Amino acid sequence: MNQDSKNASKSEDSIISICGMHKWFGDFHVLKNINLEVSRGERIVICGPSGSGKSTLIRCINHLEEHQQGDIVVEGTELTEDLKNIDTIRSEVGMVFQQFNLFPHLTVLENVMLAPVWVRKLPRAEAEEQAMSYLERVKIPEQVSKYPGQLSGGQQQRVAIARSLCMNPRIMLFDEPTSALDPEMIKEVLDVMIELAESGMTMLVVTHEMGFATAVAHRVIFMDGGEIIEEQPPKEFFENPQHDRTKLFLSQILHH
Amino acid sequence: MTKSFNPQSYEPGTHPDLPPPAITTGLIGWIKTNLFSSPLNTALTLISIWFLWQILPSSFHWLFTGAVWSAVDRKECWAMMDAPRDGACWAFIRGSLELFLYGWYPEPERWRVNITFFLFGAAVFGALRENIPGKKYWLMFAAVFPFLAAWLLFGGFGLEPVATSKLGGILLTLVVAVTGISFSLPLGIALALGRRSRLPVLRAICVIFIEFIRGVPLITLLFVASTMLTYFLPPGSSFDLLIRVLIMVTLFAAAYIAEVVRGGLQGLASGQYEAADALGLTYWQSHRLIILPQALKISIPGIVNTFIGSYKDSVLVLIIGMMDILGLGRARLNDPDWLGLAPELYIFISLFFFVSCFAMSRYSLSLEKKLETGHQS
Ligand SMILES: Nc1ncnc2c1ncn2[C@@H]1O[C@H](COP(=O)(O)OP(=O)(O)OP(=O)(O)O)[C@@H](O)[C@H]1O
Ligand SMILES: [Mg+2]
Repeated sequence: MNQDSKNASKSEDSIISICGMHKWFGDFHVLKNINLEVSRGERIVICGPSGSGKSTLIRCINHLEEHQQGDIVVEGTELTEDLKNIDTIRSEVGMVFQQFNLFPHLTVLENVMLAPVWVRKLPRAEAEEQAMSYLERVKIPEQVSKYPGQLSGGQQQRVAIARSLCMNPRIMLFDEPTSALDPEMIKEVLDVMIELAESGMTMLVVTHEMGFATAVAHRVIFMDGGEIIEEQPPKEFFENPQHDRTKLFLSQILHH
Repeated sequence: MTKSFNPQSYEPGTHPDLPPPAITTGLIGWIKTNLFSSPLNTALTLISIWFLWQILPSSFHWLFTGAVWSAVDRKECWAMMDAPRDGACWAFIRGSLELFLYGWYPEPERWRVNITFFLFGAAVFGALRENIPGKKYWLMFAAVFPFLAAWLLFGGFGLEPVATSKLGGILLTLVVAVTGISFSLPLGIALALGRRSRLPVLRAICVIFIEFIRGVPLITLLFVASTMLTYFLPPGSSFDLLIRVLIMVTLFAAAYIAEVVRGGLQGLASGQYEAADALGLTYWQSHRLIILPQALKISIPGIVNTFIGSYKDSVLVLIIGMMDILGLGRARLNDPDWLGLAPELYIFISLFFFVSCFAMSRYSLSLEKKLETGHQS
């Protein structure tokens, strides 16, 4: 990989640093020269039109997708083919999916306890106690012995957040966490995310919830065609976008 | 679901919780809706009743009331009937039961077979039964049972050795079927995972193996086992025929299981793999805890279907001269005492297979129900 760009711009408290990163799906150049520094405790909202590579970008950070060029360093660990590095990074990075992806054959409690028991090797009693405290935090404590298929979408997504938090991650990735939800459930999930933001978690959130972006994001990143087009604090981003494509995109999502 | 419109006689938002409407069918209702709902349905019902009326009484007479249950040979059987062949001669089956059950297993050692049967029942019960105390130990017992059974049946280590050629009848059928079933499942799962592996060599080996085995009839494989395999083995190594047959039956079933399980693996949403990966589970952890439990659940009907198929296919061993229940029964038909009692024999064998296959099928249905967790996939 590209060695000389590696130490180019690493600030002191940088927790994720992506440098000159490219990715292809076959011949399709989906991510082009991505450079992104995220500092500890920073909250970033990523938006952009469908197919612009937002999901692919955050999935590269925990190696659900493999990048072909450039460097990704997470918490001082460089993402390479080395399986041990990948496992280390994955246990530090939580991810919440659009489709929740709870394990349907396990109860809510088992879903949440699974990774602490098997990956962190916590004793069951301790894992259960921790799971219950996180389920309380996302306001699901009464449903713990139900199966995911018996919960509403909003409840499932909150369980999914608790499941990730149980690994005590340093970074949380959210890929459109509310876009599979009915409107009245979006708020309950966003509330949990806002609370998480207040606790100081480093968050990368792909979302089109502009209210959420304004309220919690330090930076909004706009992507189009596999490139980062614009990067601004939310106020500037919404009030004074620089790029024409950003303006077009904002006019489309704000006025319909 | 009613179409009538009820005028609203309550404040909006205060509708009381009502019990669901009573089911209006009952026995009469059931008969009406299921047997006489339309002229065609009525005609079919009447024809069926007439048909059953024609065959049931005489069948019942032949099978039960006119049948002879104890006699020393067929002549005595027939002497006890109103007319020869007027009823079934179950005395034939009763008189042959020991032979059918144990084959030629030496009489003084048959207690070992009985213990094996008993332990088999216990292993099946313990492994399949939910909510049984000490489930873990039952499962461990079920896992060692095949080896325990091999020791009990064939001896060694303090027990009188018994040649595998002494096995016959139901004992042989069960040995072939249970071995095939219990070893083909793990092997089939391994093959299915191998076929989806990212390592090209492993994947190629699994594909070639599966496609080769599936592309060859079982009988051919059994002939290979009985004749050709000795050419491939180092000279002088004697490799028991039964073991060769068991290996072939297992491999054959495993290839089918592998494809069924692969279907289940492909039926899983990719989000399940991603969620497991994102949590930091290793390949084996995610397969053991997340992927296989779900994939196997989807595959239960196919797996049980394969099991039932390979159970029934076990009778093919008679073609290479092994006397399973069918082979032994047919040989018994040539006994001058019981000449020509084929209907009794085949009814008995059909019943034997039907009862065990039906039990497997019911068990798989109840298992599917039990694993239902309100998730549509
Ligand atoms: N596994 C894959 N193989 C090939 N192409 C893919 C794959 N996954 C995504 N793509 C393509 O890459 C592009 C970027 O996809 P990505 O999912 O990152 O977009 P996105 O910005 O998240 O869009 P959306 O808002 O619709 O989720 C799309 O054109 C998509 O078709
Ligand atoms: Mg996406």
